[in-house]
Amino acid sequence: MDVVVCVKQIPDPADPGALDPETRTLKRDVKLILDESDSYGVEMALQLVDAAGEGEVTLVSMAPNNERSGLATALAMGAESAVLVSDPALQGSDSLTTAKILAAAIKEKNPDLVIAGSESSDGYTGTVPEQIAAVLDLPSVTAAKSITVDGSGIKVQRQTNAGYDDVECPMPCVVSVTAGVVEPRYPSFKGIMAAKNKPVDEKTASDLGFDEGSVGWAGAGQEIVEVAEAPQRDAGEVIEDDGEAYNRIVSFLEELKAI
Amino acid sequence: MTLSKIWVLAEAENGEVASTTLELLTKARDLADTVECFYAGDDADDLAETLGEYGCETVHQTGDLDGALVGVPTAAAVAAAVEAGDGPDAILCGTSYDGRDIAARLSVKLDRTAITNVVDLELDGEALVGTEPIFGGNTDVKTKFAGEGPFIALVRPKSFAPEPSGGAEADVEDLDVPDLGSSAGATVTDRHVEESDGPKLDEAGIVVAGGRGLGEAEKFAMVEDLAKALGGAAGASRAIVDAGWVPYSSQVGQTGKVVKPDVYIAAGISGATQHLVGMKGSKHIIAINKDPEAPIFGVADLGIVGDVHKVMPQLLEALASR
Repeated sequence: MDVVVCVKQIPDPADPGALDPETRTLKRDVKLILDESDSYGVEMALQLVDAAGEGEVTLVSMAPNNERSGLATALAMGAESAVLVSDPALQGSDSLTTAKILAAAIKEKNPDLVIAGSESSDGYTGTVPEQIAAVLDLPSVTAAKSITVDGSGIKVQRQTNAGYDDVECPMPCVVSVTAGVVEPRYPSFKGIMAAKNKPVDEKTASDLGFDEGSVGWAGAGQEIVEVAEAPQRDAGEVIEDDGEAYNRIVSFLEELKAI
Repeated sequence: MTLSKIWVLAEAENGEVASTTLELLTKARDLADTVECFYAGDDADDLAETLGEYGCETVHQTGDLDGALVGVPTAAAVAAAVEAGDGPDAILCGTSYDGRDIAARLSVKLDRTAITNVVDLELDGEALVGTEPIFGGNTDVKTKFAGEGPFIALVRPKSFAPEPSGGAEADVEDLDVPDLGSSAGATVTDRHVEESDGPKLDEAGIVVAGGRGLGEAEKFAMVEDLAKALGGAAGASRAIVDAGWVPYSSQVGQTGKVVKPDVYIAAGISGATQHLVGMKGSKHIIAINKDPEAPIFGVADLGIVGDVHKVMPQLLEALASR
């Protein structure tokens, strides 16, 4: 069973991001890391391939500047190889173009299953997995909290507002997973060393058959027309607990007529 | 200027029109001459009165989908209507599991981008412009659709206040669902509802939420007890949902639920941007955290720098003795 996992390399969320005022894209001059929400997909894929007893996990990622450090983490976890679509022309791509590019890279691998995170921790559009499925004309299940393989299909518990649904889906298909679906492993020292020799196949947009005018800013169906500071809440009263602070909460709740 | 026609995704919860749908209908009335809905299912008749009351003139329903996950067939049916020339200038979906699936599929079917995380919409001439908060809400970006419609927007819950227009019951019409080819096949075989006592998290007037500062899963009981004492709902930060202490349905934040209660009490939550986006629209915020530098204090009306393990039991006792 061959599984492709879509992974995104993002600025460290602990180091808050900023928009480049000129290009109006996320500044990516900082070191990028594997999006934590993608580590669940990598782990899920490794477990499914392990259970199947055969097959490979391949990573597919897109970055404007041939960044690899996030891929190295996922390779160290146990993925066999990676495809990195890296091209300055991709800067400014919207989610639809991103999905088309990733889908083209995935198609060359012809996997049984494609796994992605439900949404990235930086852009959080949350549409790319379903868009990839639509481009590839495959069925899909989003917001999966568990996946098991059952013959030629999969069984998924899909998150809903009220609880979860049991969903069955034939393969090949695309599944997006929620955080917490599995506990991602930490790369071992052996894994980290092995990752250095694993193949990362670098491609440009034109390698995948896209001309430069159809991707990036030029191909985006949207334009950022304004970036402004959002109205902020004012901070209120802050007190240090001296053992009696709970009384202040009680009186505040009384003022608000909450009690 | 107004658009001539907007379609809003109608969703139902427990047999009633979802509040997000009513919010979107209210905004759509400002933006377009004609507001209509599309619906995944065959029971739009039951929703037509409420939808009409909020300005929807016609509901286009897919009919019985035989258990299929709604994204693929609904998007195919709407795309077919657009291609036949019967479609709208803009399509608005609430940010829900199904709303995301439908908008994403439609975006590919119609080869139009979808703008996501929208909290406000306006028109610039004939083009729709969405406002999306980024970096946990400290920056607002305005994004304008380029080229021709239909424009597709995924709008976050509670972005607009729902107001009825007093319209008549909506007409119900059927959409044709075309052959779905190789994209068909994802089917719901069973549904599980996780029951919870008390008011729903995204509707409660008071929300008490716990985070990693609670230290261990068992301590979440303090959060539940306080919510119960105040007649509110218990919520959680992503950190303790990911850790498996509480189910995902309790999560407040960017992923998870958006809440805007009268009173929000954050216990042991530092206030990562992920979390702030989901709760900073609350009318009043009380925060208890031992780190005086925690970002949650930046949005709190009342901040207690202290140990939740001391303050919460004292508070519970004080409330119990009233």
